[in-house]
Amino acid sequence: MTTATPAPVGEGTFATVKRGLALSPELRPGLGGTIALAIVQMLGKVAVPIAVQQGIDHGIRAAGGPDLGFVGQVVALTLVVLAISTAAGYLMTRRLFTVSETALGALRSRTFRHIHDLSMLHQQSERRGSMVSRVTSDVDQISQFLQFGGVQLLLSSGQLLVSTLVMLFYSWQLTIVVLLAFGPAVAVIRLFQKRLAAVYKAVRERTGVMLGAVAESVVGAMVIRAYGVAGRTEKRLDTSIESLRVAQQRALRTSVTSFSSGELGAGLALAAVVVIGTLLGVGGHLTVGELTAFLFLVTLFIQPVQIATDMLNEAQNAVAGWRRVLDVLDLLPDVADPEDEGVALPPGPLSVRFRDVSFRYPGGPIVLADVDLTLDARKKYAVVGETGSGKTTFAKLLTRLMDPVAGEVLLSGTPLPSVRFSSLRSRVVMVPQDGFLFDATIAENIRFAEPSLTDEQLAIAFEELGLSDWLAGLAAGLETPVGERGEALSVGERQLVALVRAYVADPDLLVLDEATSAVDPATEVRLQRALDLVTRGRTTVAIAHRLSTAQAADEVIVVDAGRVVQRGPHATLVAEEDSIYAKLYASWLEQTRSH
Amino acid sequence: MLGRGLRVLGQAIRDEPRLFTVGVVGSSLFGLLIIANSYVVGGVVGHVVVPAFASRRAETGTLALVAVLFLGISVLRVASIFGRRLGAGFMQFRLQARYRRAVTRRYLSLPPSWHQTHATGTLLSNANSDVEAAFVPIAPLPFAVGTIVMVFAAVLALFLTDWVLALVGVALFPALFGLNVIYSRYMSPRQIRAQQMRAKVSAVAHESFDGALVVKTMGREEDESRRFAVFVTELRDALISVGRLRGLFDPVMDSLPSVGTLAVLLLGAWRLQTGAISVAELVTVSFLFTVLAFPVRAIGWVVAELPRSVAGWDRVQAVISSTGDLHYGTKNLEKSGESATLAFEHVDFAYGDGPLVLNDVTFTVPAGKTVALVGPTGSGKSTIASLAIRLVDPADGKITIDGEELPSLTEASLARTAALVPQIPFVFDDTVRGNVTLERDGVGEEEAWRALRLAQADRFIEKLPEGLDTAVGERGTSLSGGQRQRITLARALAGRPRLLVLDDATSAVDPRVEAAILGSLRGREAGASILVVAYRRATIALADEVIYLEQGKVVATGTHADLLAGNQGYVDLVTAYEKAEQERVEA
Ligand SMILES: Nc1ncnc2c1ncn2[C@@H]1O[C@H](COP(=O)(O)OP(=O)(O)OP(=O)(O)O)[C@@H](O)[C@H]1O
Ligand SMILES: Nc1ncnc2c1ncn2[C@@H]1O[C@H](COP(=O)(O)OP(=O)(O)OP(=O)(O)O)[C@@H](O)[C@H]1O
Ligand SMILES: [Mg+2]
Ligand SMILES: [Mg+2]
Repeated sequence: MTTATPAPVGEGTFATVKRGLALSPELRPGLGGTIALAIVQMLGKVAVPIAVQQGIDHGIRAAGGPDLGFVGQVVALTLVVLAISTAAGYLMTRRLFTVSETALGALRSRTFRHIHDLSMLHQQSERRGSMVSRVTSDVDQISQFLQFGGVQLLLSSGQLLVSTLVMLFYSWQLTIVVLLAFGPAVAVIRLFQKRLAAVYKAVRERTGVMLGAVAESVVGAMVIRAYGVAGRTEKRLDTSIESLRVAQQRALRTSVTSFSSGELGAGLALAAVVVIGTLLGVGGHLTVGELTAFLFLVTLFIQPVQIATDMLNEAQNAVAGWRRVLDVLDLLPDVADPEDEGVALPPGPLSVRFRDVSFRYPGGPIVLADVDLTLDARKKYAVVGETGSGKTTFAKLLTRLMDPVAGEVLLSGTPLPSVRFSSLRSRVVMVPQDGFLFDATIAENIRFAEPSLTDEQLAIAFEELGLSDWLAGLAAGLETPVGERGEALSVGERQLVALVRAYVADPDLLVLDEATSAVDPATEVRLQRALDLVTRGRTTVAIAHRLSTAQAADEVIVVDAGRVVQRGPHATLVAEEDSIYAKLYASWLEQTRSH
Repeated sequence: MLGRGLRVLGQAIRDEPRLFTVGVVGSSLFGLLIIANSYVVGGVVGHVVVPAFASRRAETGTLALVAVLFLGISVLRVASIFGRRLGAGFMQFRLQARYRRAVTRRYLSLPPSWHQTHATGTLLSNANSDVEAAFVPIAPLPFAVGTIVMVFAAVLALFLTDWVLALVGVALFPALFGLNVIYSRYMSPRQIRAQQMRAKVSAVAHESFDGALVVKTMGREEDESRRFAVFVTELRDALISVGRLRGLFDPVMDSLPSVGTLAVLLLGAWRLQTGAISVAELVTVSFLFTVLAFPVRAIGWVVAELPRSVAGWDRVQAVISSTGDLHYGTKNLEKSGESATLAFEHVDFAYGDGPLVLNDVTFTVPAGKTVALVGPTGSGKSTIASLAIRLVDPADGKITIDGEELPSLTEASLARTAALVPQIPFVFDDTVRGNVTLERDGVGEEEAWRALRLAQADRFIEKLPEGLDTAVGERGTSLSGGQRQRITLARALAGRPRLLVLDDATSAVDPRVEAAILGSLRGREAGASILVVAYRRATIALADEVIYLEQGKVVATGTHADLLAGNQGYVDLVTAYEKAEQERVEA
């Protein structure tokens, strides 16, 4: 996805934050209140030094000896202030957490949804681990910042402003000196922001890469073990883990360097104030008291500068996470749902028209060329052809998982891009080549297609497809857990469940991409018969290597190297001598009939 | 909880003692410089500024010295900051890397049965956010340790000044500590919950993105988002509940030192009245409390994160300490050109505590022979295949290669001897070359091409823009199903195994290609023994022997012809297509 990202390159921090805030309106309401509470909490901190100074000056060193009563009053008053500030702190943190977590929760959900709305090709252009990190750890980075850094940053800016004003009140000359002394530091910090943005981006990206490597080592655990290549996988994991660590360290080094420039600025300011202040004092422009006070003010000025620098650096990390999230949200789905502007498919069985359709995967060669064909409603079609000839691609175009690069696909005369997804997805269902089951029970997996089905209806569906014997053989029946990706079932069993799932969706156009490739022949034949019965009156397109499917179809479409080279009933095609299909069939016969 | 948290920190320090020392030295230096700076400011005002103002004359040399002093301290502070922050940060990152490695090592060495009971998303979260959580308190740790030293020094200084005021300090610090203990007790269940929900959200997201195609084809985006939102809401609530407790704890922790300062003021006034202390001493003491208030927070930061750290640590440890590893033996099989003999003797197998999936399975694949494994869907063929190369161990009975029981062999020897082409091809996010060679010894470019040719994958690879070096994408997304299958086939062939287990490895390959592949396998010079799961009669007919399986039991063994003559189930299975066609023709 990174390649397809439309986000402005080198976008500034504030631009990102603005973009982020615009996309998370939940963050705004009550922001003023939260900041007000934070200010109240901050005031409590200032109260104590004031109390000490007042207590000492006017109580302990009072003219008539220590005045315990006054000290008591000051302490009591300060305790009240402290209590208020503590309460404000509590309320502030509470609000902050509630608001930010609510907003970020919504952001997670929205991003999740958006990723599902992206086209299949967009989804596949990014590793799953990296996609997962966009709704998990990237968002965590934002929350970390909002809850701990963001408010600090605001308050520091406020403190900075106030102390500058007070400094100006004491001595405008020295104020200029201080600002000048910090000049280089500010320049350096600004300079570093860009670099920080880059290094934190690297951290986020490498986190994604590491997650990808971990995911692969988990998903591929079987193969890794079977080939005894744990060492190789280990090396890859270590590389990704190390490169993340290196990026983290580089980010920290950059951040500390930037922070240090503020520290040096502070030293420079202090030195300059003393030296120039003394010279000014010698010239009679300043008293000792004023200079001393100014020295304290400088400290008051330095503190927020340092905090702000630190938080700005932190912010770069959060912003890098935020940017990754926003970049996904900004990515427009290129196979988009026309939603309300779209139309519904006309009722009844669907016919298909491919009008001069060509397709290429991004950056690849043409894999389907000038496919021009019509499929009648209510008929059964089989698509056959060599491995890699473009059958699955054909199915994906037919179900609008992708749009052709040229030509158009129409269902019952309606161009696909103008069909609302709510209509399209309920009327056209495909069983993909690598059937996927969710880590749930068989019943839940089938209800995925149609949540309202009762257990009885599910049982009937199995019955209709002739699979009730199989179901009865399972100890827990419909409640059998299928495991992650369905791995607690045999591969053939997984396909059976995926098929039932598609069947209960009750589509008018059913596309089967090798849907029964792992099912044993006897079951497959039975299933096929059952399916023929129950799908009568609908259009079905079945891709298969087993030519038994082709034999049972009304018409066969033969794809070769991205072109439709033959079509017609099985018997006709077989009779075309030396044709691709005739050869395929001869080989199939040899495969299934010998002896 | 506090105790366990400290143990995690202790382990971390033991793991990275050097960086920890750098951090602590840096932060101690930092603390000293804070105090030094206030003395220097005081001194400069007293000894330079006041005389200069009084005499209306400033000596350039003195002023230059002052400037150098301030800048010098500043530079030293920069050094201490680098030491403290880089020491702490690098320590944290190294620890993260170290435990990520440890966790992923476990992933690699735990057996498939363990993997099947742990969701990918959760494992991802173990390696990522749990490791991260475990070491969150490391960042402020050196600072906190430096502070503890400072606090002890401060209390000592207090006692030297006035014992009554010292008591305030003595009361304050245990109070801070006690508060932290109470806090972590309440916090830890919340943090554990938050960490669990993080893992859950990650697991759901991972699964959902994994099944994105199904979600899309069924138009269930809305429902998936709802399902996800449920967990997001729970995570949100868990985090808010963490935040609320934190909201209570943080401000109180913040205020306690201030309360101490006020107590000092009040008691100090009284002590002053009785003449026990001087004004100067009182000022020093209250200044001390104010200065300490901030660093003491660092201790709070560490303690506040301990529950989260323990929650993460426990989840990490759960992986590191999980058991059930397959233990390998020490025997090596000779890598001769001879093909291997595989034997199953009375093998039983069950997944977890489920029913028996294999029951008393006995058969032999003699050296150089091809044995076909035939049986209906779900009868246990893949289970036998994974037992044969020891992905799992049987519940009962024994499995041998060349007479050696599998558990007595080394992992490397086993991997060299036997290769499985699984029913579902798994392709790594790598180049074609990487996928075929897997960087195994003796499997170079030539061998890769030889294997690809055998697997009939050479033609399409040659057409790829970068040939062998074309990246295939995560799980081979840029390949067609059959192309993936052929690459995994080539991967097995490239290692020249002596025993080849093909689990329906040609299902997505069209018949013509399959015929070619089988032909070339049979024609191989140094042949392998082959155990092949198949339905096609031609494949079966190539076999020297057929084992027919039903519901985990071997119901018939013999040649294809024997079985055709003697077993109805077998006949129904292998002649299904023929019969179907006949019926169609008749109809
Ligand atoms: N991980 C697992 N956990 C629990 N049960 C399992 C697991 N894997 C397989 N099973 C069950 O064990 C039985 C045998 O499965 P196996 O995969 O060996 O069948 P198979 O003969 O290979 O089937 P197919 O032809 O469909 O590939 C099936 O009933 C299946 O449901
Ligand atoms: N996501 C993708 N990105 C790039 N190229 C792809 C992608 N998917 C498929 N291809 C290429 O497009 C061509 C057609 O692939 P397709 O999956 O349509 O073949 P198929 O006929 O379904 O083959 P099979 O019988 O093996 O499933 C192949 O050469 C394949 O490598
Ligand atoms: Mg395909
Ligand atoms: Mg199987």
